[in-house]
Amino acid sequence: MTEKLKLANKVEAINWNRIQDDKDVEVWNRLVNNFWLPEKVPLSNDIQSWGTLTEDEKLLTMRVFTGLTLLDTLQGTVGAVSLIPDAITPHEEAVYTNIAFMESVHAKSYSSIFSTLASTKEIDEAFRWSTENVNLQKKAQIIESYYYGDDPLKRKIASTLLESFLFYSGFYLPMHWSSHAKLTNTADLIRLIIRDEAVHGYYIGYKFQKGLEGLSEERKQELKDYTFELLFELYENEVQYTHDLYDPVGLAEDVKKFLHYNANKALMNLGYEAMFPSTVTDVSPAILAALSPNADENHDFFSGSGSSYVIGKAVNTEDEDWDF
Amino acid sequence: MPPTALADRQHAEAHEPVVYTDSKLIYFSSISEYTRRFVEKLQMDSARIPLYGYEPKLITTAPYVLLIPTYGGDGGKRSILPQIMKFLGYEENRKNLRGVIGAGNTNFGEYYCIAAKRIAAKCDVPVLYTFELMGTQEDVLKVKEGLETFWKPASQKQQER
Repeated sequence: MTEKLKLANKVEAINWNRIQDDKDVEVWNRLVNNFWLPEKVPLSNDIQSWGTLTEDEKLLTMRVFTGLTLLDTLQGTVGAVSLIPDAITPHEEAVYTNIAFMESVHAKSYSSIFSTLASTKEIDEAFRWSTENVNLQKKAQIIESYYYGDDPLKRKIASTLLESFLFYSGFYLPMHWSSHAKLTNTADLIRLIIRDEAVHGYYIGYKFQKGLEGLSEERKQELKDYTFELLFELYENEVQYTHDLYDPVGLAEDVKKFLHYNANKALMNLGYEAMFPSTVTDVSPAILAALSPNADENHDFFSGSGSSYVIGKAVNTEDEDWDF
Repeated sequence: MPPTALADRQHAEAHEPVVYTDSKLIYFSSISEYTRRFVEKLQMDSARIPLYGYEPKLITTAPYVLLIPTYGGDGGKRSILPQIMKFLGYEENRKNLRGVIGAGNTNFGEYYCIAAKRIAAKCDVPVLYTFELMGTQEDVLKVKEGLETFWKPASQKQQER
């Protein structure tokens, strides 16, 4: 299988003074400015909070994080790297190397969480679980098979769905704990990962759409059908994975709403219309507030709900934003 | 800036090509075109803030609502894109601004739609609505209906001013 993964067949010295696509520079700068390491988050402050979780809750948390570790490892070692040979510009190649590295930082972050909170025995057991869980293995295999496949645009679809959809059954849990004032430092770290994944999904989705330009209508339709088929295949598996993990704590239904909500965003990153109606994307407000603290202001002046006349009160306007 | 350079700049600005618009909806969309796609679905008269410096500057002649995206940003810094800042740099455009609609991604946490919020705060107008990425059909409907009602009473109020 490995021999199929090709390298870029022609390398030229990268000239950052001659830019073909402004998005490459914009996203590169964004990623560099977002750079972080797990050491900057005081995870040890969560030790006491960890002690308040039940055994079931601890087990769930360990498993969720090993699941996320597997996905980040896949994206760091295969996914982002597999996009490099198909890059349209040399700067796009450079962005993928940045993405690949950050995915490895993410994967390592979970180990920082583990070593802070759990015993070696618990860690080993969770990793053993990750190699044995059918649904987890299946989602990694589905994505991996496209990374090794021949179609560069399908690789981008698979990659975007991983970045913007598959992580979220896992991301739900730290947001849930955070909304209950538990493991709040761990949640801070996960928020940094969530922010990075948004940029990754946006960029790979954008490059997918660039790749669509100039293709025949037939080929465009094929890729669109393919996107929805793959999403459904992954979705069915995600639902099972979600029940498997979250049924013991009774959270599966709300997690599924979170999946729908993020599946819509993944589709939008690929330039397609959202698929799930708002009746099944109404994630509990506590989770949304944990994800995006100011989104609870719910800016809907039109319907009169939420705080009607909102002036960004918590925000200090900075001079670099305003020089008129 | 030395006085001569300033004079040069003022001279250049005075001779800059201008496009005037009385559209009630002004938007910015980068080359990713997300925001443009949302605006197209509204099926309303609109004008786009120029992407490139060589394009003529856009000056509003009537009250309008601004619709702009936020692309994350490190700690919210430099969240307002230079093109938008340039557009708001013209006094007429600040004077005509009545509200802001933001596009963004909740993945950016507390900085979700921060550009729209900052502009609203700075110009003392409300944030009317926020939505994610290209927006859902529901977002399109809410904004379309919302803007239609927003302008009805508001246009009368403005004449009284």
